[in-house]
Amino acid sequence: MTTEHREAAPPAKGGAAPRPTPPASGTARPAPGPKEQRRAERRSRRYRWDLKYSPYAFISPFFLFFAAFGLFPLLYTGWSALHSASMLTPNEMEWVGFENFTRLWEDEFFWKALRNTFTIGIISTVPQLLMALGLAHLLNYRLRGSMFFRVAILTPYATSIAAATLVFAMLYGRDYGVINWALDLIGIDRVDWQAGTWSSQFAVSTIVIWRWTGYNTLIYLAAMQAVPNDLYESAALDGASRWKQFIHITLPSLRPTILFTVVVSTIGATQLFGEPLLFAGDPSGGTQNQYQTLGLYMYEMGWINRHLGRAAAIAWTMFLLLIIIGIIYWVVTRWVSRSSGEEE
Amino acid sequence: MRQEDDDVMHNTTRTTNRPRRRAARAVAVGLTATLATALLGACSSDDDGGGGDDDNITLRVGVFGQFGYEEAGLYDEYMEANPNITIEQDSTTENADYIAQLRTRLGQNSGLADIQAIEVGNIAEMTSELSPRWVDFNEYDVDTSHFVPWKIDQATDADGRVIGLGTDIGPTGICYRTDYFEQAGLPTESEAVSELFAGGWEDYIAVGEDFAANAPDDVAYLDSAGGMFNAVVSAFEERYTNEAGEVIYQESEGVQTAWDLSLQVADAGLTDQQQQFTPEWERALANGAFATLPACPAWMLTTIQSHAGDAGAGVWSMARSPEPSNWGGSFIGVTDASEHKEEAVALAEWLTAPEQQAKIFANAGNFPSSATAQETEEVQNATNEYFPGTQIGQILSTAAAEIPSTPIGPNDQIIQESITNGLVTVEQQGNDPDSAWDGVVSALDNALAE
Repeated sequence: MTTEHREAAPPAKGGAAPRPTPPASGTARPAPGPKEQRRAERRSRRYRWDLKYSPYAFISPFFLFFAAFGLFPLLYTGWSALHSASMLTPNEMEWVGFENFTRLWEDEFFWKALRNTFTIGIISTVPQLLMALGLAHLLNYRLRGSMFFRVAILTPYATSIAAATLVFAMLYGRDYGVINWALDLIGIDRVDWQAGTWSSQFAVSTIVIWRWTGYNTLIYLAAMQAVPNDLYESAALDGASRWKQFIHITLPSLRPTILFTVVVSTIGATQLFGEPLLFAGDPSGGTQNQYQTLGLYMYEMGWINRHLGRAAAIAWTMFLLLIIIGIIYWVVTRWVSRSSGEEE
Repeated sequence: MRQEDDDVMHNTTRTTNRPRRRAARAVAVGLTATLATALLGACSSDDDGGGGDDDNITLRVGVFGQFGYEEAGLYDEYMEANPNITIEQDSTTENADYIAQLRTRLGQNSGLADIQAIEVGNIAEMTSELSPRWVDFNEYDVDTSHFVPWKIDQATDADGRVIGLGTDIGPTGICYRTDYFEQAGLPTESEAVSELFAGGWEDYIAVGEDFAANAPDDVAYLDSAGGMFNAVVSAFEERYTNEAGEVIYQESEGVQTAWDLSLQVADAGLTDQQQQFTPEWERALANGAFATLPACPAWMLTTIQSHAGDAGAGVWSMARSPEPSNWGGSFIGVTDASEHKEEAVALAEWLTAPEQQAKIFANAGNFPSSATAQETEEVQNATNEYFPGTQIGQILSTAAAEIPSTPIGPNDQIIQESITNGLVTVEQQGNDPDSAWDGVVSALDNALAE
C-alpha cells in the first residue's frame, strides 16, 4: 500500500513539489524574487492539478468510448422506441408514447420469437454446460498430450460464426445434406431440418453447442485446477470413488464458476442472432418463423420492414428481459451463497 | 517503510528522478491527448472523397454484385478519354447488405459515393421518401429517350424527377433441360418448346403433367411453387401496389391467379419443393434435380452457368415465355451529397448509354434497358456457347418488348417474400392452402403496420 500511495499522494510539505521556501525561513539563501515566486507557484499549482485530474484523464478513454458507443446508442434507442419512424428517414420521428411497447403484448410474432429464444436457449445451453463440465473433468486428469486436447477443444470457438453456420446449413440440407444421407444409410427417414419447428431449433442449437462447449470447458478446467489437491487426497484416503469426488468436491468448488457460465450463456442465448440468421439465409427464421429469435425479429422489423421505432422497442424489451434475468440470478446467487454458508 | 520512502524522495533520488518523471508525464499526457483527438477525429474525418482541385477529380461509384463496368473495362475507357477523372468503385456482394448500408447513408446524407446503384426492388423507396437525396437527371438535360419507357417510369418520382438511369433489365424466358425433355419424349428445340408453351401457363402445366408421366422419377418438372408464383404474377400490370401507391395484394387479380396456379403445380407434385437461391436450391440446380425454371431472366443464365458448371454445359436451353415479364434489373443514380454532380451525371449518362449497355451485355450478360441497345445486332443475334442453338438475344428482346409497365411499391419485396413463404408451407409441410393464405395476411398485417 505504501508504495502505491507514494506516487499519487499529495506532496507532503515540500515533498515532490519544488519547495517554495517561505521567506521567513530563508536565512541561508536570499529571498526569491517575485518572478521566481510566481513561477514556483504556478509549478506547484500544476502539480496539484496533475495529481487531482490526471487520473481522470487516464481512465477517460474508456468512458468516452462507452458514452459514444454504449450509453448514447442505448438512450437513443430508448428515445426512438417512443416514436414511429421509418428506417429510411430516421430523423423524422413522430411521438407515439408507449404504443410500440404495448403492441408487443398482442403481437403473436413477438411471442413466438420469445418462445423460440427460450426453447433454443434451453436446448442449447443445458447440454452445452453439462458436456463442458464432463469434458473439463476428463481433461483435468493427467493425460498424454493434454495441451493438444485443450487447444483442440477451443478451435470451434475460434472459427468464424458465418463459416461454421454455413457448413452446418449444408450438413442439415434436406436433399444433399450429409446428416440426411447418414440417416438414410441406417434406414431412418430423411428429415426436412429447416421446415420443422423442433428439427430446426435442434439444428440451430447444435451450432451453438458446437461453438461454445470448448469455451466453457476451459473455464471449468481453470476452476477445477484451482481446487486444492489435498481435498481429493483425503477423500481418496476415505475411500471416495472418482464419481463421489466429482460430486462432493469438484461440483461444490465450482459453484461460482458454474453460475458465471450460466449467466454468460443466458445472455448469449437471449441475444442469439448469427446462427439462426445464416441458417435461414434471411432474418425470417424459417418460412413460418419457426426458429426466429428475438434478435432476428428485431432485425427484421428494423432492416427489412423498416420500422425503426418498433425495432427499437423490441431491442429495449430484450434489454429489460436481460435485466430481469440478471436480478433473478442475483437473488439465486445470494440464496445459494447464504445456504452454503449455513452448511459450513 | 513510509519514513524510508520519504527519505529516499527527499534526498538522492529526487534530482535524478525528476526529469524522467516529467518525461513520463509528458508521454502520458500526449497519449491521452492523442486518444481523445483520435476519438473525436474519427467522427468527423470521413469526407475526403471529393479529392483535389478542379482539374483532378475522383468519382466514387458504389455498386453491388456484378455490374460489369470494371469487368468490361468501361472505367478505364472513360478515364482515358477524361484524364482529369479517376473512378473508384466500391462493390458489395449482396444487395441485402448493400441496401442496408445505402439506406443508412441516405438517411444521414453522408458517406455516399457520387454514383450509387439501386436494385429495382428498392427503387420505390428511393422515388418516395428518399427522393430528395438524389439528383434529378432532367435538370442536367440527360437524354432518357433511348430507355424502354417503363424503366424510366419506375425511376420517376411523383414530381416528375428522374432519379435513376436504367442499367439492365430482366426480360424472362423459360429455361429447360433438353436432355430431360428428350427422355420424356418432348421436343427439345427451342422453337418447338416455345410452341408447346405458347397458349399460356395452363399449357406449361399441362406439359409438366406429361413430363412427370414419362421423365426419370428423380427429376422434378420445376424447382419451386415460389418460382411459379413469381413467373405468373410478374406479367400482370398490377401486383401488390396500385398506381396510387396503395397495397392491394389481397384484391389483386395477378396475385390470385398466380397463387392458384402455384398451388396447382404443388398439388400435382411437379415441383422439387425448393426455395429459390438457398444453398439447397443451388445444389439442386447443380445436380439437375429439376427440368425447368418458369421465370428465367437474362441474368439467370449466368446463375445457371455458375452453379451447373461443366456438367450442365449444353443441356440447358431457353424457350419463349407465354407471358414474359421483367425480373430484376437495376438503376444508377447520382447522390445529392456528391461534390461533383456535373461530372458524376456525365459518367452515369455515359455508363448507361446504348453502346456501353451493349458492351456489358456481351461481356457480362446483363440485358440492356436501353431500347436502342436492344435493337443493335450484337444484342439481337446474341448466343451463348453454354446454351447451344438458342437464339438468346432474340428471345429476350421479344420478351423485353412485351413487358408490362407495373407500378412498384416500397413493400413489394416484403409482400412477395411472405407469399412465397406461404407457398412453401403448403408445398413442404402440406399445410391447408386457405390457412396458409391467412398466415400470409396476418404476417403482412404485422410487417406493414407503421
